[in-house]
Amino acid sequence: MDSQSSNDDQVVLRLYVADKAPHSVQALTNLEAILETHASPDRCRLEVVDVLEEPLRALEDGVFVTPTLTEVAPNPVRIVGSLNDRERVARLLGLEGG
Amino acid sequence: MTDKNQQPAPVAKAPTGIEGLDEITGGGLPRGRTTLIVGGPGTGKTVFGLQTLVNGARQFGEPGIFVAFEERAHQVVANAASFGWDLPALEAEQLFFLDARPTADVIAAGQFDLTGLLAGLEAKGRQMGARRILFDSVDVLLSLLDDPLAERQELYRIHDWLAHSGMTGLVSARFADEPQLLSQRYGFVQFMADCVVLLSHRTRDRVSLRTLRVIKYRGSGFAEDETPLLIGPRGLEVASLGTSEMDYAVSTERVSTGVSHLDQMLQGGYYRGSSVLITGAPGTAKTSLGGAFVEAACRRGERAMLISFDQARDEIVRDLASISIELAPHLAEGRLRVRSVRTEAGSAEVHLMTLRRLIEEHEPTCVVVDPLSAMVKAGGLISALSVAQRLIHLAKTRGITLVCTSLLDGDGQQEGTPLQVSTVADTWIQLSYHAQGGERNRALSVVKSRGTGHSDQVRELILSDEGITLADVYTAGGEVLMGTLRWEREAEQQVERERVQAQIERRRKELELAQTETEARMAIAQRELEAHHAELTELRLEQEARERTWHERRAGLQERRSTVRDTAPEEIEGSREGEA
Repeated sequence: MDSQSSNDDQVVLRLYVADKAPHSVQALTNLEAILETHASPDRCRLEVVDVLEEPLRALEDGVFVTPTLTEVAPNPVRIVGSLNDRERVARLLGLEGG
Repeated sequence: MTDKNQQPAPVAKAPTGIEGLDEITGGGLPRGRTTLIVGGPGTGKTVFGLQTLVNGARQFGEPGIFVAFEERAHQVVANAASFGWDLPALEAEQLFFLDARPTADVIAAGQFDLTGLLAGLEAKGRQMGARRILFDSVDVLLSLLDDPLAERQELYRIHDWLAHSGMTGLVSARFADEPQLLSQRYGFVQFMADCVVLLSHRTRDRVSLRTLRVIKYRGSGFAEDETPLLIGPRGLEVASLGTSEMDYAVSTERVSTGVSHLDQMLQGGYYRGSSVLITGAPGTAKTSLGGAFVEAACRRGERAMLISFDQARDEIVRDLASISIELAPHLAEGRLRVRSVRTEAGSAEVHLMTLRRLIEEHEPTCVVVDPLSAMVKAGGLISALSVAQRLIHLAKTRGITLVCTSLLDGDGQQEGTPLQVSTVADTWIQLSYHAQGGERNRALSVVKSRGTGHSDQVRELILSDEGITLADVYTAGGEVLMGTLRWEREAEQQVERERVQAQIERRRKELELAQTETEARMAIAQRELEAHHAELTELRLEQEARERTWHERRAGLQERRSTVRDTAPEEIEGSREGEA
């Protein structure tokens, strides 16, 4: 992925979780660690959506499994799962060079 | 999981509205429980599920949700349109379609579950008051997990969610047809679901066969047999025998057979709504009897239909016209429909379905299927008997009087078909040829007729340009005679009768003449007698007169000649003779 172009744009990430479900908790932990390692807070914005609180929104967004991580901008990417392989997720998000 | 063991509460059922299925399952799928629909690709799982949803929304006031993991929304809508379901006409509140296909750009990284989807569906379901939900097909979703343990976990999640939601759940899964495979990897699914329906599609003798089998139905009885399934122009149709409902409206009304003599034999005709089987070798006038029946129906102003296998419509019309059965005017008026079907056009199941559709379109009261044996020969899973049973069921539930013809092979017993079918038909008429004196003649006999006294005698069936007539039986020397032989024998007897008649007449005249003669003679004799009698009387009177005269004379003489007493009378006698 072209990590160079993302320097100019802010990365907007959205993580859909199911409250305190184990996979969701794990994903959030992993994602926070990735962002801490690979991205500066001013360049990256994370929004967490609890599907149990906003179930209809999840449907509208086409989110069917939890946890689901979407990169809203600049490169639409959708990653599902607990994000255990942090290096790989960072690569997928184009954050490895950061 | 505990409530299902309670004996008294019967399982509540949600009708699918799929023809035949609700009969097999005794009312539908378990309400508020999970039904698993399994089968190979292209076996009709999606159609099954969608039809249950559409019928639920349209007919039973139960909104539904379609969760599609496999097909796009517009594909499903297009498929449904081909069955005439018109999904766009359904309000979004009646049928909600969720495109939950995993998109190509989704990357799996670690473990996940369906919590998000189920939470969303729960909210949506509550919002629209959904009562039914279909997950189609869950194996696509599970393949994403790529882990048997996770698969099992998520299926249980769906199951638990369904149980909790109170909706009637349908979960389709594209598993292999083979039961072994089903039990190896997904065996637990069977235990999980309250009802399991297995669909399959294969070919036998080049004829496509679709079947449906209910493998399991917790807390309910069900027909366990593999049942033919049709995917027709209006969706799925399960060829149920309909054994559960045998109570049809029974009529005592008679409908004419179209042949007045046959009506007489059957005490007025067929019962309305009954089923009639006419068996016979080719050319024994089976079609003619069928034609007469529909023509009579049309003349009464009823709607009728003749379904012919492998004989063109115009041929039938022409042939029947030659024996004064005129179908053309009724065809023109639209009361009659004659439909020709090629036997090879489909399996028996497909033909049955075609028939059902035709009947529903035309709404006839009298139907002829000519011949039923063609349908049976078309092959398929179902036996000859069940083809007939289903056809009869179809007719009876609609109050249709059904006449089926059937070819009977030479020895009759070989095929077995007509004999079996005859057990379910109400009336069985057997047509045959009688070869006698070098010619063949058609004969008709009523083998059985439920609820009707009927003549057990064989009648001669005569086709002429005046129509069909049945000649009264003619027996001679304990043998039924027909045709020329019969005519000869009849003529012979007529001559004999006339001869005897003439003889008697002649004798009568002779006797009359003799009598007259005698009477005449008697009259003459009488006159003679009277003459004699008169003569005698005259004679007696004369004699008396003479006697008197003689006595008077003698008295005078005695007075004068008292001395010559001894000789005097002799002298007087002698003198008298001389005077006469």
